[in-house]
Amino acid sequence: MISVHDSINIMIVGVGGQGTLLASRVLGNVFMHRGFDVKISEVHGMSQRGGSVVTYVRCGEKVYSPIIEPGCADYVLAFEQLEAARWLSYLKEDGVLVASSQQIDPMPVITGAAKYPENIFATIEETGARTMVVDALALAEKAGSSKAVNTVMLGALSSLLDIPAAEWESALAETVPEKFKDLNIAAFRLGRGDQSEK
Amino acid sequence: MDKMMIGNEAVARGLWEAGCSFVSSYPGTPSTEISEFAAKYDEVYAEWAPNEKVAVEASLGASIGGARSFSAMKHVGLNVAADPLFTASYTGVGAGMVIAVADDQGMHSSQNEQDSRHYAVSAKLPMLEPADSAECRDMASAAFDLSERFDTPVLLRLSTRVSHSQSVLPLHSRLELPLKEYVKDVKKNVMMPAMARGRHTVVEKRMLALSAYAEECPFNRVEWGDTKLGIVTAGIAYQYVKEALGEDVSVFKLGMVNPLPIKALRDFAMKVDRLVVVEELDPVIEDSLKAAGIACEGKSLFTLEGEYTAAMIREKLLGETTEKRVYPEELPARPPVMCSGCPHRGVFYTLKKLGLTVFGDIGCYTLGAAPPLSAIDTTICMGASISGLHGFNKARPGSEKSSVAVIGDSTFMHSGMTGLVNMVYNKGASTVIVLDNRITGMTGHQQNPTTGKTLKEEPTPEISIAEVAKAFGVRRVVTVDPADLKELERVIKEETAADEVSVIIARRPCALLKGVKHGAPYKIDREKCRACRACFKIGCPAIHMEDGKAAVDQTLCVGCGLCAQMCAFGAIESTAKGDDLGA
Repeated sequence: MISVHDSINIMIVGVGGQGTLLASRVLGNVFMHRGFDVKISEVHGMSQRGGSVVTYVRCGEKVYSPIIEPGCADYVLAFEQLEAARWLSYLKEDGVLVASSQQIDPMPVITGAAKYPENIFATIEETGARTMVVDALALAEKAGSSKAVNTVMLGALSSLLDIPAAEWESALAETVPEKFKDLNIAAFRLGRGDQSEK
Repeated sequence: MDKMMIGNEAVARGLWEAGCSFVSSYPGTPSTEISEFAAKYDEVYAEWAPNEKVAVEASLGASIGGARSFSAMKHVGLNVAADPLFTASYTGVGAGMVIAVADDQGMHSSQNEQDSRHYAVSAKLPMLEPADSAECRDMASAAFDLSERFDTPVLLRLSTRVSHSQSVLPLHSRLELPLKEYVKDVKKNVMMPAMARGRHTVVEKRMLALSAYAEECPFNRVEWGDTKLGIVTAGIAYQYVKEALGEDVSVFKLGMVNPLPIKALRDFAMKVDRLVVVEELDPVIEDSLKAAGIACEGKSLFTLEGEYTAAMIREKLLGETTEKRVYPEELPARPPVMCSGCPHRGVFYTLKKLGLTVFGDIGCYTLGAAPPLSAIDTTICMGASISGLHGFNKARPGSEKSSVAVIGDSTFMHSGMTGLVNMVYNKGASTVIVLDNRITGMTGHQQNPTTGKTLKEEPTPEISIAEVAKAFGVRRVVTVDPADLKELERVIKEETAADEVSVIIARRPCALLKGVKHGAPYKIDREKCRACRACFKIGCPAIHMEDGKAAVDQTLCVGCGLCAQMCAFGAIESTAKGDDLGA
């Protein structure tokens, strides 16, 4: 458990369309309500179309840059395996990778120009990175929609931070559309319960 | 009350607080959300213009008419609006007028990374540059006062990281302003030579007055630290500087980047041992300092290309590097792709199959250049597909039969129409395909003149692309559903063979558009699948290999049925009952 007193750098990485933007806004709201200065950097436009996407959430007493740089992330929240590997270099020495075990083939793999790497998490663990793997897709489906992977992952991250669940859930409720509120709260709780840090 | 906002929302808040009541813009990443947020305020009239030139002209008209007015665009949009921009500098304003221009360092979603500050210098206009959302609001608001005080349009320079970063700001209330009285003033507003000469004198005097103002402008400030190193910086680069060097160095933070406060900068330079300018893209500040005889470093240390980082600044100025962990294997890239169900996919598949030369344009469909579709030969700027194809075919007689232009509905309205006029007028015989997906797609679903709705989502007459083409004298205008591959291929073959200009409208709504009904997903019959990979040729992200056979991702598939048309073995079928070919 890491306490949230100083500054904290969280990256959310995934595939365009997986809802990284929404997750970063929920996180930002959690920290803002705690009285932190918060900066979030989002991705719009061309790169949103099924490409590799990253959003940065930074909080602290005073935050300057909206960007997190290699070697500086306390947490990398990865919605997909290959993206977890791609952004690994951003993780701090003692940072934690929270990753969904979901695999989404990128176009070079679909066309046969490249192969999807095997045993990604084993390779990541060999680098010494603290890793927590979540079967987020299964949990999202259990909550009622495969689209709730982002909220499951937030739940998983929340289990590592010293912030009461109620604060997360109210930030979630103010960020997601009303009709998806219950679904998202359910997905968040499933993610929060599924702690298996290795 | 404090609120967290992206820079673009904060700009909209700022113009609203300043009593602005007229907004005319054209969407363009990273500027789009400014106008969308502005449109949410009831007190603000906000519209999408067909292009940036029209937007700025409309804005100037509103300003002459007495309303505080505003336009937003991306950097390349300002090229389109450059014509009114330079002369609006001469006329000055009625009520305050502000133009926001968002640069895209790193080209996250652009075709070049030009530095818009050059426009401020060459059009002789003041330019402010915020570094976070609070400054976005403050500067957008203050720019209107500046505009009226100095009788000039004011430029507000943004960048991707400022426009699309959220940070916290306190909110203020709106200043209610009555419409200013309109007084006819031909010497100011009719820019024919005799009057324009007089106005040029006014512009030069104004620049002197603005230079004096820059020395006291509250947006320019010095943050003193150790004086061994002094940094001059502005905008997002300021954040990287503070992140990298903390409170230890002295920083001259510019909020007004044109004209520069040269006297104050000279004083600063004299008090520090070493002066370094940290600015992304071109050495605009550095060159001005050097021209004023102030010794400094800048581009001898830092690149002219892309985005800067705090790590880069630490490395160049302090010689420090950060340890990082590396994934030990090479990883496949994940480039952006057309969405599953994208109506453009069938068009590009067919164009590639027919081996045509394709002049492309700006929009989601630029992705038709990427493998496996690999159909596009050129992408230059908004509208250049039609005009470029015309030139190509005039230079290579006969190539009309083996080439097409592809352009989106919004891009056609933006600057495709004049190209089509040129093609007809100058006796071309080329084929233009308008990819009409019923919305402006790439920038995130903005209405346009062909969609029947305004920026405020009010119903409005829908301009028919087919009727426009006919009115221009195009006799061969065909509308086709791009999800029907056979018919699409037949039409493209027929129209490219014709000896006159053809316009094909490939019409099907964007698969992500609200209200578009999706068909049931398709699935693969593993018994029938021969793993021939024919269905992979359309480059759909929902299709992949699973245990040696093709498979369709049931959560991604929207049931467009394109893949089923690719399969010679009938292995791909809809999970719906009956023969459902999508929405």
